[in-house]
Amino acid sequence: MLTWLSLLFLALFSGAAFMAGRGRALKAAGGATARLHSLPNYYGAYAALWAGAPAALLLLLGAMFGGRVEDAVLQAQRPAAVSALTPDRQNVFFSDVQAIASGQAASEVAYDGPLRAAFDAKVVEARNIEGIVRYSILGLAGLVALGGFLLVIPRVNTEFRARNRVEGWIAGVLIACSVAAVLTTLGIVLSLIYESWRFFETVPILGFLFGTEWAPQIAMRADQVASSGAFGAVPLFAGTFLVMMIAMLVAAPIGLYSAIYLSEYANRGLRSTIKPLLEILAGVPTVVYGFFAALTVGPLFRAFFNGIGEQMAGGPLDGIAQYLMQVQNQMALVAGVVMGIMLIPFVSSLSDDIINAVPQSLRDGSYAMGATKSETVKKVVLPAALPGIMAAMLLAVSRAVGETMIVTMAAGLQAKLTANPLDTVTTVTVQIVTLLTGDQEFDSPKTLSAFGLGLTLFVVTLGLNIIALRIVQKYREQYD
Amino acid sequence: MTRNPLAFPLSKGHAMPTENRDDTLAAHAPSMASAIPAGHGHVTTGEFKIRARDVNVFYGDKQALFDVNLDVPAKSVTAFIGPSGCGKSTFLRCINRMNDTIPSAKVHGSIEIDGNDVNAKSVDPVVLRSRVGMVFQKPNPFPKTIFENVAYGPKIHGLATGKAELEAIVEASLKKAGLWNEVADRLHQAGTGLSGGQQQRLVIARAIAVSPEVILMDEPCSALDPIATAKIEELIDELRNQFCIVIVTHSMAQAARVSQKTAFFHLGKLVESGPTEEMFTNPRDTRTQDYITGRFG
Repeated sequence: MLTWLSLLFLALFSGAAFMAGRGRALKAAGGATARLHSLPNYYGAYAALWAGAPAALLLLLGAMFGGRVEDAVLQAQRPAAVSALTPDRQNVFFSDVQAIASGQAASEVAYDGPLRAAFDAKVVEARNIEGIVRYSILGLAGLVALGGFLLVIPRVNTEFRARNRVEGWIAGVLIACSVAAVLTTLGIVLSLIYESWRFFETVPILGFLFGTEWAPQIAMRADQVASSGAFGAVPLFAGTFLVMMIAMLVAAPIGLYSAIYLSEYANRGLRSTIKPLLEILAGVPTVVYGFFAALTVGPLFRAFFNGIGEQMAGGPLDGIAQYLMQVQNQMALVAGVVMGIMLIPFVSSLSDDIINAVPQSLRDGSYAMGATKSETVKKVVLPAALPGIMAAMLLAVSRAVGETMIVTMAAGLQAKLTANPLDTVTTVTVQIVTLLTGDQEFDSPKTLSAFGLGLTLFVVTLGLNIIALRIVQKYREQYD
Repeated sequence: MTRNPLAFPLSKGHAMPTENRDDTLAAHAPSMASAIPAGHGHVTTGEFKIRARDVNVFYGDKQALFDVNLDVPAKSVTAFIGPSGCGKSTFLRCINRMNDTIPSAKVHGSIEIDGNDVNAKSVDPVVLRSRVGMVFQKPNPFPKTIFENVAYGPKIHGLATGKAELEAIVEASLKKAGLWNEVADRLHQAGTGLSGGQQQRLVIARAIAVSPEVILMDEPCSALDPIATAKIEELIDELRNQFCIVIVTHSMAQAARVSQKTAFFHLGKLVESGPTEEMFTNPRDTRTQDYITGRFG
């Protein structure tokens, strides 16, 4: 509340600084604004920025980290009665102090005797510290705001380059935003590497990358009965690859052909109907595709294969028939097909953009040679669009590899090294989900293996994206 | 044929052999003639190749051409001049029915090539365009090799029965387009890697590889520098021995240099047409006079 009030006050002050800066500039120009280096508003904006921005930043930092400062000061001195407690109990004690001090409900732990006295003393101390920290932040912010204002206003004259400086601020904000995105990514990657490194300390990296058995259920306590654990990721990547291949077999031709139809053949009316429909398909959440796969497509496929098995039973291919009759709802084929359906609008809309980007002059040139529409598409438009289409396909592969929900619901959980699309398989993403959901300790190889898998997956998709970019560049050089 | 006194000096020195310079190409002249049966049979110089009568073109509700009547002589260069938006490109695109690719375009009237209406129901625009080649304003080589660019037409029309024959057609076409010496050693490199002027000669080679009867050129030099322009003009002058060439140009000097007949369009109407020499020395219409003397346009 206090922070919001002070931010509001700061905004008003900043507005006043704007008027002051602008007014001073106008006065310096003596009414002839053309004499000013910049437009009057730039002088106002510059004053407002210096009066408002640093103080606002200070207030925000205070709101974010003020509580920590208070905690640190409060916990610096611990009465003997508190120091005697275990570290866990000490934490409870201090969080109770904070809770009471800020008027909230404390835990149900009872404090007696010397502990009671220490508790009451600390509550009073906490309230004092809170006040001191808060008001010192406020005071500091006020000083900074006033300082910025006083620093800038005297410098305003006709020669002052306010526009350049305001634009410098704008550039600074833009840089900060892009740096934030880069730093966040870097942070994620670094944490992934750090946790994976902890994992690879207990499980050898070669065994992880090339091992063919995946059984992460290891004993948490000595009395538990469980396997000793095996962390060979090959079956997971094989499963991922299988599902991805099936998905691309569905999505690549259908998506590409629909893009060709939409961009080259469809008339305007049809195009304006089909495109939004495809975009609706792209907007369906993957979890919906997931239960569509698990509840509709899975049983359908199972019934289909069981039916074929029954027809074939007793014939020359009895072995295959027996197998088909036992096919379950969960299989790589179901997950792959549904994932392919999910990817169709993705592939189609990317390819459509790429095909539309092929210059009309190439089509005209081909038509003028007496080529038919299909010859033009096959021999001129598609070759010109090929690098872009390849890149679109690789992006779709990246998405298929990283897709989680559909495979979780439709592919199964058993790690198997198989190329049979009717078998249940599991994928890297599914394993990460099952390893990390629920209450987990983050120091057993079982949970840490999720980070190993995540890192490997990241490297694979990064590699795919780099290859996609390379392909695009290579063909650009040749054709543009 | 009288030479134009304003003609570009470069093209003066060129001998004009009357016989077909390349037998290989002539031997593979497309059998497309059967698709549009030859009306007058043998066409000799001086006869009209294209006759347009009462051509009106609409783009949606907007009329772009009004009652155009024009005869284009065979084996010579006819230039269409006029200010931007006057309909000269529109008329050019009617001759090989490129306006078919624009859904809102409607063409009324008759355009006959050798006495056969190009807009007749029996005429397949695909066949028509193999007889009427076109070169565009901006060079538009396909993203293929130089060889594949020239071989494109012969391949889709099945003009070559074997690889050797195809290679012969490509070589002959490139030679006719005056590009062979520059690209002979890099036929299998990308056509888009050539310079602008070379690209334009490449697409001319591509157009003549199917041995068309008419070549339409829509401002073929507007994206080129003066040296490349001079080469293209020289080429046009050579090609008129074998083809009926129609060229749209913004440059009156170019029209004067390369063409034997000139047609002046203004606001969708054909104002005046006649021998180039006469048009530039003694125009009948005041609008023509104003345009060629640079008073508007």
